[in-house]
Amino acid sequence: MNIKRLVSTAIVMCSAMVCVSVSAKEEPMFSSSGVFVQQEGENIYRALCQGCHMPNGEGAVGAGQYPALAENPKLGTPHYAIFMVSKGLGGMPAFSQMLTDEQIAEVVNFVRASFGNNHTDIITAKDVTPFSN
Amino acid sequence: MIVHSMNRRQLLSWIGKTAGVSAMYQAMSSLGFAAESRPMSHLNFSGAPKGASVLILGAGLAGMAAAYELSQAGYKVKILEYNGRAGGRCWTLRGGDTFTELGGEKQTCEFSDGNYINPGPWRIPHDHHHVMEYCNKFGVALEPFCQLNYNAYLHSTQAFDGKPQRYRHVQADYQGYISEMLGKVVKQGALDDELTLEDRERLFESLRSFAALDENGAYKKSLETSMRRGFAIDPPGGLGPSTQYSEPLDRSALIQSELWEHIWKGQQLRHMSTIFQPVGGMDSIAKAFVQRVGQFIEYNAKVTHIDQSDTGVSATYTVNGEEKVASADWCVCTIPLSILGQIPMKVGTAMQMAIRAVPYDASIKIGLEFKRRFWEQDDTIYGGLSYTDLPISQISYPSSNFGSKGAGVLLGAYTYGPNAYEFTSLPPAQRIKQAVKYGAQIHPQYTEEFANGISVGWHRVPWTLGCYGMWTEETRKAHYENLCNIDGRIVLAGEHASYLPAWQEGALSSARDAIQRLHNEIVSTGA
Ligand SMILES: Cc1cc2nc3c(=O)[nH]c(=O)nc-3n(C[C@H](O)[C@H](O)[C@H](O)COP(=O)(O)OP(=O)(O)OC[C@H]3O[C@@H](n4cnc5c(N)ncnc54)[C@H](O)[C@@H]3O)c2cc1C
Ligand code: HEC
Repeated sequence: MNIKRLVSTAIVMCSAMVCVSVSAKEEPMFSSSGVFVQQEGENIYRALCQGCHMPNGEGAVGAGQYPALAENPKLGTPHYAIFMVSKGLGGMPAFSQMLTDEQIAEVVNFVRASFGNNHTDIITAKDVTPFSN
Repeated sequence: MIVHSMNRRQLLSWIGKTAGVSAMYQAMSSLGFAAESRPMSHLNFSGAPKGASVLILGAGLAGMAAAYELSQAGYKVKILEYNGRAGGRCWTLRGGDTFTELGGEKQTCEFSDGNYINPGPWRIPHDHHHVMEYCNKFGVALEPFCQLNYNAYLHSTQAFDGKPQRYRHVQADYQGYISEMLGKVVKQGALDDELTLEDRERLFESLRSFAALDENGAYKKSLETSMRRGFAIDPPGGLGPSTQYSEPLDRSALIQSELWEHIWKGQQLRHMSTIFQPVGGMDSIAKAFVQRVGQFIEYNAKVTHIDQSDTGVSATYTVNGEEKVASADWCVCTIPLSILGQIPMKVGTAMQMAIRAVPYDASIKIGLEFKRRFWEQDDTIYGGLSYTDLPISQISYPSSNFGSKGAGVLLGAYTYGPNAYEFTSLPPAQRIKQAVKYGAQIHPQYTEEFANGISVGWHRVPWTLGCYGMWTEETRKAHYENLCNIDGRIVLAGEHASYLPAWQEGALSSARDAIQRLHNEIVSTGA
């Protein structure tokens, strides 16, 4: 069992027992290990993705840019987003060491159904596993 | 789901088609192995062709060092820089400075006169020969950076009821207890097979000396241990209350605390004493370069396209919305890979793939100004760092102007990993609020004394999109040479083109290496 699995098991057990999911509006939640503590799609987005892709998925432009996730046709299939989050590309780091497969599925489901993207098909951790290890 | 019916290989090939070949090569992010820093190389620019020109992209330390050396050798140089300021990551924020991050939030630094924060580089290890030599050559005044302070705090929310402990207590007691235990192991004969009797006797003596153990090898409250960890009541002058030795921390609590995790931090190669900082802010180095190459820099120039042919190089750039083109015979490009990967550039696939294979790490620094230097006045902490398991990770106290009366500035957070992403994702005002809230668990004075703060989350920095290029062993093997090799008339340089990522030494040594190779190429092609 690698560290990630160990921590992810611990988090799953913990969330079943005591951890309460915190909505984006409350006090910000901070992780206490190398794996993000947030479990829900929107909370993961607020803690991680919006640092680059911005709060409404609008992206940002400077000397370089972060692409908009809002109304992004590339989110039509879940694979691309799963791949990007798991493996990263260019300026986007890989997050498969910091997010469990469950968390990746959650956040991908969130962005595919938010910011003007209306994809309601749901993926699960099983769909992520081929990309993340 | 379609996903289920694809095997791994099919997935990869699908990704290759959809996201580009380099996507397939993206390896997991983790720190690359940093190599030892080397003495400054001697440059040999003999035979530089008259009138040959070099276009340099980016006016960070790599770009400016390249411009300095090439212009000294007789090359015609020009630098294009996105910012209205040179230095890149070598940057200092003072009262009145503003910083607008991606997303548009603008912060104004409200520090009082003389206070500053280095949001990027802040330490210069003594063995960073290139940085040291340029500082010495240009007369950039250096002063010691206090890394290790025995009176600073180590703090864990999970240990000692969340009460911060002095470094000297943790350090002396940890050293004391492990020595005591090893002494017992020796005495109990567990090392008899490995060591001669003579070695065992010497080892036991060394442990006593190393950790102030008593004649029986015990680590306990005594004059000797108090001379390491500090007294409960300090020796008086004249008729003060009499000296009291201090009680070591509970052994089990100390082992369980994980505070030992911080002991080695000041012992690692890059943090060892003596370590320096430029007097008055890291940007003194950038300013010293600007004095020498400032006349070659065009500011507010955003490079959008890089082209080359058999005869020359050209870069398209915009200045206040106006498109311009700069041409030269050769090009040294120091634009961070996070950005360069998005700029169309005419180079071969190997270099292109290398550029796209290096993600940039997350990091946040938060500067906090307080009405007075309570850490000095109340806590007897002069410089150095306190470490904590809170999301702020560390607090660094200023290494200069000790004892001054007015406001002082702390580095109130310096974090990597998930916490850096979490801080970066917050609006700037929230970041400060959180840093003050957490810091108050170590210094309760925070609440009363806080004045203002400023934060730089490096993924929000418009001109780097991250802190530094994160190589892995795999990506180094697959791409590093392809990144550094000259492609036609273009060579890359910068922190990312070195084995010293996240250090200015990497930027400077890479620049010197790149221009030497470029010069050799120029001379050998006779162009
Ligand atoms: C948080 C942090 C802590 C650090 N700590 C230390 C430390 O203690 N000691 C140390 O020695 N080093 C430290 N470093 C590393 C050091 O800052 C870098 O290694 C070094 O400054 C990089 O120099 P560079 O010239 O390669 O890149 P940069 O300084 O980033 O220069 C690149 C330049 O290119 C410009 N540019 C970008 N895009 C374009 C474009 N499209 N068109 C035109 N110009 C463009 C940028 O504006 C910038 O000026 C730290 C870095 C960070 C972020
Ligand atoms: C450190 C900054 C950063 C973070 C954090 C980040 N991304 Fe990205 N993301 C990028 C960059 C840069 C790109 C463009 C990559 C490229 O192709 O060069 C990108 C691209 C993407 C794309 C592809 C968009 C397109 O149009 O091609 C998706 C989807 C995506 N990110 C989703 C996410 C999600 C979901 C998260 C949170 C789990 C996230 N990103 C977090 C920087 C980031």
